[in-house]
Amino acid sequence: MSGLFSESAWMMVWNYRDTFILGFINTLETSIAAIILSLTLGIVIGLMAMSTSKVLRTINRVYVEFIQNTPLLLQICVLYYALAFSGYKLGILITGIISLGVYHGAYMAEVFRAGIGAISKGQFEAADSQGFSYIGKMYYIILPQSIKIILPPSVNQIVNLIKNTAVLYIIGGSDLISLTYNFVTGATTGGAYAPAYLVCGALFFLICFPLSTLASIWESNLKKKDGMGAAKEKKVAEI
Amino acid sequence: MNEFMGSLNMLKNPAILLFILKGVAFTLIISVLAVVVSIVWGSILALVRNYCTAPGQRIFKWLATIYIEVFRNTPLLFWIFIGLVFFPAPQLFAHQLFGLSSVETKILFKATVALTVFTSAIIAEIIRGGLNSIPQGQFEAGFSQGFSTVQVMLYIILPQAYRNVVPTLLSQVITTIKDSSFLANVATIELMARVKKILSNASIYNGTGTINVSDVFVLFGCAALIYFIINYTLSCVVRHVQKKTQNAAQSYAAPAAGDTQPVTGGNG
Repeated sequence: MSGLFSESAWMMVWNYRDTFILGFINTLETSIAAIILSLTLGIVIGLMAMSTSKVLRTINRVYVEFIQNTPLLLQICVLYYALAFSGYKLGILITGIISLGVYHGAYMAEVFRAGIGAISKGQFEAADSQGFSYIGKMYYIILPQSIKIILPPSVNQIVNLIKNTAVLYIIGGSDLISLTYNFVTGATTGGAYAPAYLVCGALFFLICFPLSTLASIWESNLKKKDGMGAAKEKKVAEI
Repeated sequence: MNEFMGSLNMLKNPAILLFILKGVAFTLIISVLAVVVSIVWGSILALVRNYCTAPGQRIFKWLATIYIEVFRNTPLLFWIFIGLVFFPAPQLFAHQLFGLSSVETKILFKATVALTVFTSAIIAEIIRGGLNSIPQGQFEAGFSQGFSTVQVMLYIILPQAYRNVVPTLLSQVITTIKDSSFLANVATIELMARVKKILSNASIYNGTGTINVSDVFVLFGCAALIYFIINYTLSCVVRHVQKKTQNAAQSYAAPAAGDTQPVTGGNG
């Protein structure tokens, strides 16, 4: 851990602070775009699992199983190299956004499926009997009830997505991790390992820690409420 | 079509096949080692974070909390890079081993340690979830029977906690197998890195003299298939175990209040 208290190393990090700011902004941009993509995919694919059509349910299963059971690193490599060797050029950040969005979209789909599946069947039937359309039923009746079940695990997924922006390194990315690594191994800037990694880790921790804490607080609140609700229902049943 | 046949022919080359199979072996060994060590270390962390609440021991609780939160909220690749610089590797590992050079063996050790310390924080949280689901009455019953604190933990609390989290732990094995592909960033040891290396030399082996798109699909497709077979088998086991524990809980008694089913594969 030498270098952690060396003034010159810290000065070097300070002089190159633009590198870290640029990496941080790139990581944030990639994450936000990928979060939007994954939420959209998650809702669409998640609702497919609930549909009556067998084709849509099969699409859901194949997508979720295939994406969840192969590493993200492999997916991003396939996307990047397949495009590169067939002559197309997609920006590194765009490649990252697509593969992160698709990968976490599969997890989001499972989260949405579990959330919607937790709503009792009577709610669906009630909405149908009142003449709601499919969109209306989902938007007004089902999703508002399942949102509190969906929220904690989807925030956990968002934290994982932000951490997973590190995969951009393998395609020569410009995210925070890659730029930090280039900084500490660079010919002119190399050597300031401890301060540079400390700054990089602190930046990640600053975004991820509040989010994951929020998720776990929501989760424990939900469990408490759930326990009370179930106890009440039991009482009603006994009466 | 010619290009495609060339790419397929690469997979028929016994040297390349052996190279890939060695990668599969390394991936499995690294992941299993990381998970086994993490379960032990994670259990200790979880117990300390949950139960070291006496005034004199509170410092240990804080230390465990800091450890868990720091490793949970930073990327794995970050710890692998740090491990390469700061983790000491014993001289024992500075040898050629299983066809790896001495430098690669050292990297293998350091990266596995990084994967283990990272995974242990996640597993600690999983086990803590299991510990929290055990009703207070179990402790009181244990103490009333004259068990000491250690005995209560060993014989009453931990067995129940582990049984509750078996499906989640198994899906963490899947995540760790996928996470081990991050080692591809630092050395050619496991499956992902080996496939990538073959791709960069594909022009020598596929007979066309250049690297084609079909090489990308054949090589990465092969790796994806291997990962998929391993992980899908595991996820089928997870589902089977989940069903069994659910059925057991239902036949044993009416479902307990607040017994929410965990969403599997929570960690991407």
